[in-house]
Amino acid sequence: MTTTQIAVSIAVMAAVTFLTRALPFLLFDRGAQPPKVIHYLGEYLPPAVMAMLVVYCYRSMTFDAAANWAPGVIAGITVVLLHIWKRNNMLSIVGGTILYMVLVQAVF
Amino acid sequence: MNRKTLAAAFPHTIPVLMGYLSIGIVYGWMMSAAGFVPLWTALASVTVFAGSGQILGVDLLSRAAPLADIAFLTLVLNFRHLVYGLSMLEKFHDVKGLRKLYLIFSLTDETYALLSGVRPPEGVDAHDFYFTVSLLDHLYWIAGSVTGAVAGSLITINTEGIDFAMTALFLVIATEQWLSAERHLPALLGLGGTLLPLLLLGPDGAGFLIPALVILVGGLLLLRPVLEKPRRLEGGEGL
Repeated sequence: MTTTQIAVSIAVMAAVTFLTRALPFLLFDRGAQPPKVIHYLGEYLPPAVMAMLVVYCYRSMTFDAAANWAPGVIAGITVVLLHIWKRNNMLSIVGGTILYMVLVQAVF
Repeated sequence: MNRKTLAAAFPHTIPVLMGYLSIGIVYGWMMSAAGFVPLWTALASVTVFAGSGQILGVDLLSRAAPLADIAFLTLVLNFRHLVYGLSMLEKFHDVKGLRKLYLIFSLTDETYALLSGVRPPEGVDAHDFYFTVSLLDHLYWIAGSVTGAVAGSLITINTEGIDFAMTALFLVIATEQWLSAERHLPALLGLGGTLLPLLLLGPDGAGFLIPALVILVGGLLLLRPVLEKPRRLEGGEGL
């Protein structure tokens, strides 16, 4: 990637992130009532999107060789179990990532 | 911002300090492992200021994703911020000018949680207080991510697989949502509604995400009568 490409990519992320934060103020700051469907989607879309992003993370997984699926599956299950057990974000993220690194570098 | 406001705001931000320093270090390290010099990490943390958004950004930058993909995925991931804004309309209503812009810009999950739960103490200007909390959180995020980026560019260990931190982050958020949600149908819809286009279209170029989002939003709109129905009082496992 060229310097310009990286800079423009970061600028797009910054602009879109700001837009999602600013939109309610642009639309509803003058007292208009936000439609109920926005509240509804605001409550139920985030968990659906998070499941979508988990699938996105695993999109390139194939089952032809253990090395292509086992590290991700084992580390992923470990993250979920660690999190159910301790509910500690950093422990689950760092623990799962270190396990994954060990698996891809030394085991598979 | 004065000393009194700072003294009032700082103790409230300590949990965010811990969280941002550690997840910031992970993020910065990922950026360096992906080959981006610390200056890029600093630029992203100053201008974007979104934890999961920037971690997704490492993936997007390192696969040189088209700008449309970057915009689409960032929008989808940050959709939840719309709701934060809605519930901050009143709090920020009388804030003026650039400070208001900054408060809106810096409305991360954590800052939102702090600002919605905390009341500024007597004798401290509320707007100053909100601004100070937001600025402190932003500085913690910049400090953590730059520290991780510099450490990652100096310490040469084999970092193969560190990109899994993105998967782990999304799994943690999804697990946390699952454990605290009353209804699990939206998460299941997200899972099935993304797997279907992935299997049909394949993973290349992440083009399956657009039909997936259509299924998710359309599915939720169709399920609205079910999901908005109050749950029976006698319990029973609701979806």
